[in-house]
Amino acid sequence: MALENNPDVVEIEKGLRVIPGANTIIASMDMIVDWARLSSLWPMTFGLACCAIEMMTTGSSHYDLDRLGIIFRGSPRQADFVIIAGTVTKKMTPIIRRVYDQMAEPRYVIAMGSCACSGGIFNSYSTVQGVDNFLPVDVYIPGCPPRPEALLEGIIKLQEKIKKEHFKWSRWR
Amino acid sequence: MEPKDIADLIKDRYPSELKETKEFRGQVSVVMRKDRIKEVMQYLHDTPELYFNYLEDLCGVDYLGKKEPRFEVVYHLFSLRHRHMIRIKAEVPEEDASIESVVCIWAGADWHERECFDLFGIDFKGHPDMRRILLPEDWEGHPLRKDYPLQSDQGEKEWHGYKEILEIAKKNKKYEVG
Ligand code: SF4
Repeated sequence: MALENNPDVVEIEKGLRVIPGANTIIASMDMIVDWARLSSLWPMTFGLACCAIEMMTTGSSHYDLDRLGIIFRGSPRQADFVIIAGTVTKKMTPIIRRVYDQMAEPRYVIAMGSCACSGGIFNSYSTVQGVDNFLPVDVYIPGCPPRPEALLEGIIKLQEKIKKEHFKWSRWR
Repeated sequence: MEPKDIADLIKDRYPSELKETKEFRGQVSVVMRKDRIKEVMQYLHDTPELYFNYLEDLCGVDYLGKKEPRFEVVYHLFSLRHRHMIRIKAEVPEEDASIESVVCIWAGADWHERECFDLFGIDFKGHPDMRRILLPEDWEGHPLRKDYPLQSDQGEKEWHGYKEILEIAKKNKKYEVG
């Protein structure tokens, strides 16, 4: 029975078909895994400076991260991505790196604010010029600090990225 | 008591220690030699009509190329009973960058002195726990000194802890998946 031209199979999105009566969904594994992942992203918080305040605001009821399935997680072992929010000092780098290394794959990094992206206004002996010196960053959010909407936008960008992933769930990745 | 009168009192009692008295917009600073600074502080703290029981601040200053001796340790004292204040500046030369600790007079001086040691390299003699407070313990140099390089890229002199992290990041790069 071909899927195409079958009146019982409804294509609701490209690559996603349902058979309403049989309570069945037909899709690629990529699509299902990516959808599951992006719908429940748990961030490891890493508030380091003033940007952390804005990150907290994003989590509060007015902006409400929970509606995107995002719940802050205090443990790197159960987190999907880490939000580096604030000024990264050299003294802090071993801790950030250790937190990142403890996270399970697949893992992502969001650099929030000018400081985490590039060092911002601080070019001094103690600050790292961008967290991408020692971490692979997926999304950069500019701003000093970025508004909560900007952080939301950054997270949605990350979701779009996850949606496009191919084979990242398998062991052949 | 007016700050000027306090300065005069110090002058009468320790004429050899006091170098000069400055006034700027109603605030009086007393510049002193560092050798008997603890004795002077004890006097300011204990004398009933002065009674400086609160150390507002203790910090260091580097006057590289502007003044000799190079460093100053600045004490801001306040009396909660009499509500008067005074600023004492103790001059510290570069060759002998050390001064007596005042922790035994004001316990609050503890972390201030550690910070001053951390960032200026001034050693506080008699401090119970003279370690760095802000920077990593194996950091080299004292960053608030004026001859310390300012920018983030310290080249060869980079803190080795950060160098190690860069190494780890380089090593782990091949395990990252797009
Ligand atoms: S980017 Fe601005 S708001 Fe964010 S940590 Fe840096 S200085 Fe603070």
